Amino acid sequence: MRWLNTPILRALLALGFALGVWQVVVWASGVPHFILPGPGRVGASLWANAPLLWEHARFTAVNLGIGLVAGVALGVATALNLALSPGARLLLRPMLIFAQAVPVFALAPILTLWLGYGAASKIVIVMLVIYFPVTSAFFDGLMRLPAPLADLAQMMRATPLRRLFLLQLPNALPALASGLRLAVVYAPFAVVIGEWVGSSRGLGYLMLMANGRGQTDLMFAALLVLAAQSLILFALFEALARGRTEQAGR
Amino acid sequence: MSTLRLSGDLWMGDAPLIRNLALEFPAARWSCLLGRSGVGKSTLARLIAGLPGPYRLEGELAGNGRALAGHVAMMAQDAQLLPWADCVQNVTIGARLRGARPDLARARALLAQVGLAGLEGRRPAALSGGQRQRVALARVLMEDCPIVVLDEPFSALDTVTRLAMQDLAAKLLQGRCVILITHDPLEAIRLSDHAYLLGPLGAESLALPASPTPRDFTAPETLAAQAQLLARLHSLGPVLCAG
Repeated sequence: MRWLNTPILRALLALGFALGVWQVVVWASGVPHFILPGPGRVGASLWANAPLLWEHARFTAVNLGIGLVAGVALGVATALNLALSPGARLLLRPMLIFAQAVPVFALAPILTLWLGYGAASKIVIVMLVIYFPVTSAFFDGLMRLPAPLADLAQMMRATPLRRLFLLQLPNALPALASGLRLAVVYAPFAVVIGEWVGSSRGLGYLMLMANGRGQTDLMFAALLVLAAQSLILFALFEALARGRTEQAGR
Repeated sequence: MSTLRLSGDLWMGDAPLIRNLALEFPAARWSCLLGRSGVGKSTLARLIAGLPGPYRLEGELAGNGRALAGHVAMMAQDAQLLPWADCVQNVTIGARLRGARPDLARARALLAQVGLAGLEGRRPAALSGGQRQRVALARVLMEDCPIVVLDEPFSALDTVTRLAMQDLAAKLLQGRCVILITHDPLEAIRLSDHAYLLGPLGAESLALPASPTPRDFTAPETLAAQAQLLARLHSLGPVLCAG
């Protein structure tokens, strides 16, 4: 049974099992296919609508990517500024805490009103949703310099900027990684909600359209593409994080 | 740099920690502060190194400490190495933190001097406890300060490694004003040119053998001094207040 133990095979096995359960539920319950289509129908729809799905998936993926990169960059820059400047901490930290209490998803309709139905409103909602977890996780990491290293910096007369980049920043990388982990989980939610609220393109839009026209199989196909996008994103992040840890543990 | 003087009462919060201090640390000599855990040794180390804490000195430290800033390097029990940096980067961190150009050739030479040639690219996690203290010693040498505070630098090491590190430190820190803080009577006797025994009521000067440092740990006069000191410490009873 050793051959059963490779990760890919185990994943395929689990996937096959899930598809089997899905098919059995469809057969056994006798629900009509416009309520719950079986895996065969969804697969056929996936194949038949491949160009359409690809077109919308690209729009969603591009907005997701831009929003993610911009949101992380903004969060990292904010955290570095907060760590460096007591004045910025005084002014911005209460705002940051207050902003975390606002459900950012609820801002989607306003953003659509302000920025229109195009890509901008989707990118901004992704940025807003991931900005706060990235900022607060990274900032906490930056401020948690172990006391012995803080003593070292003081005795060696470190300049504040060099203390930040040579001691606080490397020390905060694990905290930043947990902030990024939250970001890659939230970002796909955010982009789809942005598309649901108002859009003329994207997988979220396609799902709403398919649902409205009773094309449940297409809706499920879009959902599968969306899930695949998220999985690729998680895998990319994990590969990146593992690369860094291996480097650190060398 | 002439003799460093520390006098007055040391307070921890609003309770007195050590009263009537009158300590002298001559240049180019090893001075030792010996005392039981909790007596305030590490607080004195922080005071001399200019590090913040809940303590306050009602007295004087070499012209209110102003002359000391930038002239003190410290080595502690925990080597205080950067876990993400290799040996060379750890040894040169002082220059980099000050925005100066690190002298890599000198860092490598110092690492070789402390016996770490060939291990320059290792990170602290890949070194033994003794090797980590060697990196910390190389970093102190790299800082090149006239005053060096050693705060129980070898207490986490096994006995044999500790003796080797004492010999190495004695050799490499020659010519500096070294303030050694320890609770180990043998360490105090082996390394000091003069030593103080710290207690809540002040510091008392201890008699040391006349032989040159680092003293031979098998020599009868070293062992006799150790026995005497142990008896002296034992007779003091337990220290009740923590600090």
